[in-house]
Amino acid sequence: MALEKITSVSGAGVYVPGNEIDTDRIIPARFMKCVTFDGLGEYLFYDVRKNENGSDKDHPLNDSRFSEASILLSGANFGCGSSREHAPQALYRYGFRGIIAESYAEIFFGNCTTLGIPCFCAAKEDIEAIAASIEADPSVEITLDVENERIRVGDQSYTAVVRETARKALCEGKWDMIGELKEGESQVAAVVGKLRYMAR
Amino acid sequence: MSQSLFEKVWEAHAVKELSNGQTQLLIGTHLIHEVTSPQAFGMLRDLNLPVAYPNRTFATVDHIVPTDQRQEPFADPLADGMVKELRKNCEETGITFFDLPSGKQGIVHVVGPEQGITQPGTTIACGDSHTSTHGAFGAIAFGVGTTQIRDLLATQTMGIGKLKVRRINVNGELRPGVYAKDVILHVIRKLGVKGGTGFAYEYGGSVFENFSMEERMTVCNMSIEGGARVGYVNPDEKTFGYLKGRPYSPSGDDWDKAVENWSSFASDPDCQYDDVVDFNAEDIAPTVTWGINPEQAISVEENIPTVEGSNESDKDLVAEALEYMKLPEGQPIKGTKVDVCFIGSCTNGRLSDFEEAAKYLKGHRVADSVKAIAVPGSQIVDGICREKGIDKVFEEAGFEWRGAGCSMCLAMNPDKLIGDQLSASSSNRNFKGRQGSPTGRTVLMSPVMVAAAAVRGEISDAREVFGVGELVNA
Repeated sequence: MALEKITSVSGAGVYVPGNEIDTDRIIPARFMKCVTFDGLGEYLFYDVRKNENGSDKDHPLNDSRFSEASILLSGANFGCGSSREHAPQALYRYGFRGIIAESYAEIFFGNCTTLGIPCFCAAKEDIEAIAASIEADPSVEITLDVENERIRVGDQSYTAVVRETARKALCEGKWDMIGELKEGESQVAAVVGKLRYMAR
Repeated sequence: MSQSLFEKVWEAHAVKELSNGQTQLLIGTHLIHEVTSPQAFGMLRDLNLPVAYPNRTFATVDHIVPTDQRQEPFADPLADGMVKELRKNCEETGITFFDLPSGKQGIVHVVGPEQGITQPGTTIACGDSHTSTHGAFGAIAFGVGTTQIRDLLATQTMGIGKLKVRRINVNGELRPGVYAKDVILHVIRKLGVKGGTGFAYEYGGSVFENFSMEERMTVCNMSIEGGARVGYVNPDEKTFGYLKGRPYSPSGDDWDKAVENWSSFASDPDCQYDDVVDFNAEDIAPTVTWGINPEQAISVEENIPTVEGSNESDKDLVAEALEYMKLPEGQPIKGTKVDVCFIGSCTNGRLSDFEEAAKYLKGHRVADSVKAIAVPGSQIVDGICREKGIDKVFEEAGFEWRGAGCSMCLAMNPDKLIGDQLSASSSNRNFKGRQGSPTGRTVLMSPVMVAAAAVRGEISDAREVFGVGELVNA
């Protein structure tokens, strides 16, 4: 199974400020009553984007200036809480291909990487500077250079951190692990054989 | 060389290093439920892959089951479809399903231990962040996403980077009226919701030694709320005592061998931790949240924080939380009116939670303004409560006694807050909209504190309401 080597992603950005944005906020639980991930993009950030009567609230994702955005910027501990993959699936299906935040919750980070969504960690002031560039020109192209751990915005460049395991997986086209895990079948069987509880 | 339990379990289950530097880790026990698994089965079908070790995956249905009208088909066709999908997936693959008619259905993190499936020295994964619960038995238990569920079904392994280990000691004696829930809320309050990122939490000290297995589960359950993907307690006689005689526990000669094996996984006394944090049990009070994440917690005796008095870096979040919660800054949290009281969830939906709350509820009445529901964590918990008459104590006090499921912890079933109702809840998350209404408000606390809130109709100190503990003679 040949996967795309994700060495960089580019696109317009949108800044959703705030720390501790949890996966319940990214996709409220009531939209998880489904047996496929299709259509989840529609419900992304639903309760902070929509009033109860379905009309729009004031939210960056409802601002037409940012409707082309494929890079999401946010604050610290992004994606905390529930392990629901519905959250990165909703982000992906909405159109996001990369995220810049101060930090991420562990499970969310892993789920994103498995879907081929690079999660960049950047300093708060750099995120705010990039957000200011977006505000000044919503069409400004943001490039997440996965290979070199840099963020380029117009002629500005910022350092970022991409966890090494994720960087390698994305750049080498091994972010979906199923192939590699399957290759280890006989080694798995050997470990299984050593553990008594596995025999039950 | 001395090792922690985490390192020993990791070594025993490591298959190989993957090209990205992560480890291919064998997950001995895989638990699934209806919400996060159907897409994984779909992916397997697309790839034409079989389930590699169907005898090592166990299923139950918990998130979407109604707790009152439980006969199928459910009123909600989406929920009904999800149960049927899981039933079909289990039938096709030979996975054991603790289904509704089995009498063993319940919240996945209640069912695993109850059946004796959760065992020391094992690795466990489930598509649910509260899988950390199983660490109470000295297992290393990970919450995972759906693509990883696919990996687990197809290979019984997943790719993961090794975690560091932080030892959290709580020594001394808890004051009367202070429960396991208060301990973990206190730990999260002090270490923060992201403090545990990259760590497994090993809990120890005299408080944990004295804790029952159910109390240990309450603490391990909320490790993820502190950012730690894994939390555990070293196995001891209490662990073995709990497991003895359970359906999936080893028996006969196997039992002694298993206990010997399980004991060998406990952290060596002189092992090195990446970090150590100490807490005094005496410093922990009955704790409640006031905000929109579990770190935003205070003692029930304290005042709601002010934006002005908060750390510079927290000010925005404090302001956001106060606005959402509609709480007056600087005022006592005690006396805040509550609309709904919920006792249940994978954090506090076990027998001892209902027993303890019933002990104090007896002879009291839920305030007229309050809707109160008690939701056992499993059909087995429900059955024992009924045998002991605990359900009657709740009902006589004015609680509704419901059937087993996740219920109002995340409100994927009909149990939901309405509008901006404020809920006193024994669950684990106070996120915005968590309990089913986009403007609903959640205050986390122990089951006994929920019972006190139900009786008074406002956030209260259970020690005053019921005379729990030291304030009896004060």
